Amino acid sequence: MVPADIVSPAVVELSRWQFAMTALYHFLFVPLTLGLSFILVAMETTYVVTGRQIYKDMVMFWSKLFAINFALGVATGLTMEFEFGTNWSTYSYYVGDIFGAPLAIEGLMAFFMESTFVGLMLLGWHRLTKVQHLVVTWLVALGSNLSALWILIANGFMQDPHGAAFNPFTQRMELTSFMSLLMNPDAQAKFVHTTLAGYVTGAIFVIGISAWHLARKNHVELFRRSVRMAALFGVISTVGVITLGDALGFIDAGKQPTKLAAMEGVWNTEKAPAAWSIIAFPDQAAQKNVFDIQIPGLLSLLAAHNFTSPIIGLKELEQQAAVRIKNGIPAYDALTQIQQMMQKDPALANPAVRAKDPAMQKVLAQFKAHEKDLGYAYLLRRYTSDLNTASPALITKASHDAIPLVWVIFWVFRIMVALGFLFLFYLIWVSLLSLRGQEMKSEAFLKLSPWMISLPFIACEMGWLTAEMGRQPWTVYGHLPTWLSASTHSVGYMVFSLIGFVSLYSLFIVIEWYLMFKFARKGPDSHETGTGGGSLAGEPAFARPAQRLNRD
Amino acid sequence: MEVLGTYAILKIVWWLLLGVLFAGLAIMVGMDMGVGTILRYVGRTDDERRVALNIIGPHWDGNQVWFILGGGAIFAAWPTIYGSSFSGLYIVMLILLWSMIVRPVGFEYRSKLPSAKWRNMWDWGLFVSGFVPMLVYGAAFGNVIDGFPFKVVPDGTVISYYLGSFVFLFNPFAILMGLLSVSLSVYMGAAMLMGRSEGAMKERARQLVTVAVPSAMALFTIGGIWVAMMKGFAINGPVDPNMPANPTIPLPVAHEAGAWLSNFGHHPILWIFPALGYVALAIGYLAARSDRFQLTWWSGAVAWIAVLATVASATFPFMFPSTIDPAHSLTVWNASASERTLWWMLGWSLIFVPAIISYTSWCFWVMRGKVTPEQVKADDHAY
Ligand code: HDD
Ligand code: HEM
Ligand code: HEM
Repeated sequence: MVPADIVSPAVVELSRWQFAMTALYHFLFVPLTLGLSFILVAMETTYVVTGRQIYKDMVMFWSKLFAINFALGVATGLTMEFEFGTNWSTYSYYVGDIFGAPLAIEGLMAFFMESTFVGLMLLGWHRLTKVQHLVVTWLVALGSNLSALWILIANGFMQDPHGAAFNPFTQRMELTSFMSLLMNPDAQAKFVHTTLAGYVTGAIFVIGISAWHLARKNHVELFRRSVRMAALFGVISTVGVITLGDALGFIDAGKQPTKLAAMEGVWNTEKAPAAWSIIAFPDQAAQKNVFDIQIPGLLSLLAAHNFTSPIIGLKELEQQAAVRIKNGIPAYDALTQIQQMMQKDPALANPAVRAKDPAMQKVLAQFKAHEKDLGYAYLLRRYTSDLNTASPALITKASHDAIPLVWVIFWVFRIMVALGFLFLFYLIWVSLLSLRGQEMKSEAFLKLSPWMISLPFIACEMGWLTAEMGRQPWTVYGHLPTWLSASTHSVGYMVFSLIGFVSLYSLFIVIEWYLMFKFARKGPDSHETGTGGGSLAGEPAFARPAQRLNRD
Repeated sequence: MEVLGTYAILKIVWWLLLGVLFAGLAIMVGMDMGVGTILRYVGRTDDERRVALNIIGPHWDGNQVWFILGGGAIFAAWPTIYGSSFSGLYIVMLILLWSMIVRPVGFEYRSKLPSAKWRNMWDWGLFVSGFVPMLVYGAAFGNVIDGFPFKVVPDGTVISYYLGSFVFLFNPFAILMGLLSVSLSVYMGAAMLMGRSEGAMKERARQLVTVAVPSAMALFTIGGIWVAMMKGFAINGPVDPNMPANPTIPLPVAHEAGAWLSNFGHHPILWIFPALGYVALAIGYLAARSDRFQLTWWSGAVAWIAVLATVASATFPFMFPSTIDPAHSLTVWNASASERTLWWMLGWSLIFVPAIISYTSWCFWVMRGKVTPEQVKADDHAY
């Protein structure tokens, strides 16, 4: 059996669908884990400091919902950890040397901590002193947020590769500087933006469920306190999300011009100060916006933070890609020659031997001269195995691929941003109501809040769609195209696995929602606090030995 | 063989560390999965089953990270293996993952509702998600020992193609190894329940250990004979262990019957590992007979390590041999990450692995002692 020339386009397409589906699904649970774990920390810290039973009841109630959500976060994360190998094997070969490291550190540093202590957090109440239990809860929150840090460092590398270079002798990218992988500005901004988005999600979740109970006058004291904590936490987080969202856009403008142009629907290069389209209908085939409402000058301000920067349009970016494709061909060529030479004479793999081989030195020089455009040559490789004789028409065709799908990115980005501002107003309003003690009087608040719960989840999913679809056609921006990254499966395998994931995950989410609704509605156990309130009696930790076990 | 440079030594260190991970995974996750496998047998009433689940309840998630870290560490230290093996084993990996993800959900949701039907359904779910992954775990090793029909093709990078049918992955030798792994996992699960529960269930668990030992011994013996006779792989020419990690550079490889024994031939000291396996299992048997929990558990752990070390001794330096194209098999020398990555990952591991082991031990210590139905009923969060 001879392998097919390239991995079939249908397989690439199906692999993308599968990854997108499983990742978006995983991220339905992740934000709530990130946010709720810190809200639990806040509640339990208050409990330990004030000694008031009501805060323990709050922790008990919200941690049950936390656990229901957490189980699916773990289950769906498990499959993702292996999905790069099962479905993106060439990607794994190509950047595993860099990308695998943060994933492994995530396991070592974050997952172990989070998962080991979550067992104690849920089942260790009777075995730990108050302070010990509080420390355990802190460690769970810290662990889940550290896991976000490392996975986003990995993802940041895909968006804006830092700290790596291509090694022609292994024919893959290798780590050159761990510190610059870590300090990647894109990764840092992504980390803060994404975790804060999780906190916003947690806050709106807590407010929504509390409002539902408040409308029914259940455990009023407990849920009013929950609302207040969540609302203040939420306002601060939303301000942060918006600030860092702006920073991400700024970074994209510098590092991922095709993504920025797609997010903003810019086809023709806009002279400074560029106008910002608030609403537009981008047409990919005609390469223009069919309908467009613009605000003059705003885009330069948003994307570049000044009024003097032009914004490069997609058409020009496509022409630049064609130039880079041509320039990348000799690099691809050199790689092929190096491979053939090493296969004929394995000794050439040895640096001392190859340093004395003039033929090898010559190809190496050719590679170095064109190395930076190697990724673009792969775009052409999709259409022909003989790059040197590719016609200009074929190169134009390949350069078309360098532009992502504009209308989706344009709109999902706008939905996220609109929701971000909506959350800001909503959370300020809730905070004011809560601080003035008027939340029970506002019909609008009580009715509206449960419906708000779904929105931050939608915003998070839209964010990932922006980030990931905007990165297309690359898995590693400018270096490795998506089509080349996929494993060489048959279509049948992919259909099988996609159907399997969809059915299993659909079943899971039905069960999860059923339990979530059931336990959210059930409310805190009344035998502990009695209906209609909760005990405010309690002694501060310093008045009572903190060492005592949590038997109350 | 030429002198070992730093890079070559790092490759070997990471090969050993991978072994540590595989052992941690087998012992800790295997134990929890063993409990799942025998749940319906040892636990006859709902109370008993809840006790069994709550014995491992606080620990299963932490233990499972051995498995996740296994994936992450292969990715970081052996990226070529990560890509080629998991995509080659595609259908098997799917079965592994799909059965495994029922576990977190099963633990967390099973006892949330009182309905007997609901709980029964999840008990079966926990059985499947205990039995199947351990079967696959062993079978994956079986497939590696058999050799794998895949090839690597240079094309501006290196692309891996699996050229077999998925039916091949379920060959008899793989199944045999899978059953060996299930036996050991049942042993560990039963040992844990024997130590931490009381009454009739504890007795059933203790009995099970004494059944798991002879079955593991028999499977290990048959497997050993089979390996000695099958077509194995061996390096039969000069190799530069410091070579760049590029599997398209050909290696001198012999693919012939009995080759898996060549390491034992060169270094007879390696026979100590299979011997240790038998001894540990025998001690475990006696310990279970005399109801000594700690000794039973630790003997099982040693048996796992011995079995894995036996496999490792036979196959070194092969990690993912190719039957179609033996010269391009994946080995310790040509499939690792770069030297810099290996250094960095070694540093992180030296800091965090000891930390993990200490806080995991602390958690087990906090939750020590017998679990009773009364305790389970009193705890609102209990599984
Ligand atoms: C920004 C946050 C974030 C992002 C982008 C991802 N994850 Fe995740 N992951 C988490 C944040 C998180 C978490 C909050 O830490 C979870 C969610 C629920 C949980 O248990 O931990 C988690 C769980 C989780 C688990 C189970 C860990 C356990 O047993 O505790 C694994 C193996 C992964 N993830 C792996 C991945 C992979 C391979 C991803 C990329 C493709 C990924 N996650 C994206
Ligand atoms: C959990 C949060 C994430 C979500 C919701 C998400 C979403 C998506 C989506 C929607 C796609 C499909 C894009 C397309 O095909 O047009 C995708 C692709 C991909 N993403 Fe992400 N992503 C997430 C996290 C990550 C992370 C953290 C990484 C890297 C560590 C990553 C790596 C990839 C890869 C390899 C692909 C496949 C190639 C591709 O089609 O682009 N994703 N993701
Ligand atoms: C006005 C507010 C916001 C702005 C300007 C903004 C901006 C951005 C930008 C530019 C990206 C793409 C980053 C990339 O190129 O990789 C992004 C991604 C993302 N956004 Fe937002 N965003 C805002 C609000 C929100 C809100 C409210 C949420 C959720 C509650 C959210 C969740 C996400 C997530 C999960 C991602 C994907 C991860 C990442 O790339 O960091 N964003 N955002």
